[in-house]
Amino acid sequence: MAFSTGEVSLEQQRVRAARMFLIPMIIMLFIVAGWPLFRSIYFSFTNTSLTNLSGGEWVGFDNYLNRRELSSGRVVWRGTLVDPNWWNAVWNTIKFSVVSVSLETIFGLIVALVLNAEFKGRGLVRAAILIPWAIPTVVSARMWQWMLNDQFGIINDLFLRLGLISQKIAWTADPDYSMATVIAVDVWKTTPFMALLILAGLQTVPKDIYEAAKIDGINPIKVFWRVTLPLIRPAIMVAVIFRTLDALRIFDLVYLLANNSQTKTMSVISRENLIEFDKFAYGSAQSTLLFCIILVFVSLYIWLGKVDLSGEAGQ
Amino acid sequence: MAMLKTIGFYTLVVFIVLVSAFPFYYTIVTSFATGSAIFEVNYIPKSFGLDNYKAVLFDSKAQFPRAFLNSIFISTVTVIGALLLGVTASYALARVQFRGRGLLLMTILAVSMFPQIAVLAGLFEMIRGIGIYNTPWALILSYTIFTLPFTVWVLTTFMRQLPVEIEEAAIIDGATPWQIITQVFMPLLWPALVTTGLLAFIAAWNEFLFALTFISSTEQRTVPVAIAMLSGAQQHEIPWGAIMAASVIVTLPLVILVLIFQRKIVSGLTAGGVKG
Repeated sequence: MAFSTGEVSLEQQRVRAARMFLIPMIIMLFIVAGWPLFRSIYFSFTNTSLTNLSGGEWVGFDNYLNRRELSSGRVVWRGTLVDPNWWNAVWNTIKFSVVSVSLETIFGLIVALVLNAEFKGRGLVRAAILIPWAIPTVVSARMWQWMLNDQFGIINDLFLRLGLISQKIAWTADPDYSMATVIAVDVWKTTPFMALLILAGLQTVPKDIYEAAKIDGINPIKVFWRVTLPLIRPAIMVAVIFRTLDALRIFDLVYLLANNSQTKTMSVISRENLIEFDKFAYGSAQSTLLFCIILVFVSLYIWLGKVDLSGEAGQ
Repeated sequence: MAMLKTIGFYTLVVFIVLVSAFPFYYTIVTSFATGSAIFEVNYIPKSFGLDNYKAVLFDSKAQFPRAFLNSIFISTVTVIGALLLGVTASYALARVQFRGRGLLLMTILAVSMFPQIAVLAGLFEMIRGIGIYNTPWALILSYTIFTLPFTVWVLTTFMRQLPVEIEEAAIIDGATPWQIITQVFMPLLWPALVTTGLLAFIAAWNEFLFALTFISSTEQRTVPVAIAMLSGAQQHEIPWGAIMAASVIVTLPLVILVLIFQRKIVSGLTAGGVKG
């Protein structure tokens, strides 16, 4: 491309336009994400309270861990890092994430394999599985609460008739069952999403591989394990980490379906402290800890997913 | 042997469809049940009445229709803003080479993965400070934190797939970048905009945490919080019939939209979730 020395080159013009296009977006992101995150982290190092947002004083790591010596000589450790409620929430979150993501991956894989097969009514199945995904979380929570109601719920009725249980169970209230219930509803809601992601991966596998295997008479199960699975492994890994990130920060379903000591996750307990208990700075410390954990996983996602960031492969 | 496999396969298919669709079907059934029929377990509708719908729509305490309008307003404005900022930004990110592009894309991706609770304290301070607490603008502002990165990310993916030749021809004809976006790419990008807008609309519509925290009065509430707060005339009485009716009102349009735009939504989701 020829250009005279006085003119701005086309490339430079494009770069300048690109910057102009990007600046509003970057500013917006800074305002709604960057700055609030910074302030939240800052609050965790102060003693700010909900009613006096500007009056907080710097207290260092006190919200995380502090050591006090009482007049009796006894040493007392306080702070979220030694708070058993916090660690209980961490453990609940991990339990929830591991179990729900595993189940969603397995069931999602099964559904994806079904959808990948050609059969009459495939469109109907694909439409049907989108329903749980389309339903708002609030509605899912209330809907399942109703079905799992200990007195009038249809689940208790069905299980009693099928002989699976001997008496009606309070699925959401009983601490023994509430975590399993939350996991079950989340699996119901999210398996469609996993299925769709895995299906996208399955559809990139060339059909002739299956035909060749059929001609050679290879057992389809062997084909699955040795050929299909390795080929879709990247898609599955990306979907798993994506889902794990979501699972670690879960709030809505736990808050609405079953909120007790067996189910409280990190997000739920953090908000509780922030807003309901007016332990604003303490809650900020907890949300900051959660942020750090998520940050580790985000890095994992970007690294493992080998996300094509600079876009060179596509150009 | 093949017969057995086919029966097994179709059993699985029926099971999947039942598990997916039955809960919502049952919600619809319950919403039409009246009086004491609610408290019996009916797999097939026994009674049919609109009492629950009347209760939800005309109950002055819950102000459900108002919540519906609030949600529509907030979600629409949020999505329009995100699309406007997103289209121009995605053009820059997809078609122009510049230093730091990879880093910027990574930052945008990271922001979309923030736990919302991590910014709650900071947003609370900001919203109170600007004075938009308990107004729709509090939510329009805060929803940008997930609608904008999502829009940019998905549109960038779609932009990358647009053919280079058209752009090159336009450049040779002397088109400015703005002209390229509006006259060359927009017509091609139209389906992607619809998909992205729809997905962002659904995300904004369903959002709960910010709506719960930044809105305090009933008239300003959005639909998810309004449903969550539905309570009965007496204390401890949960109006299940009304809750189911409200759920149907809110969910049926969404389900229909999703079913109509199935293919687009699936391609949008996989573009956003799998590597671009």
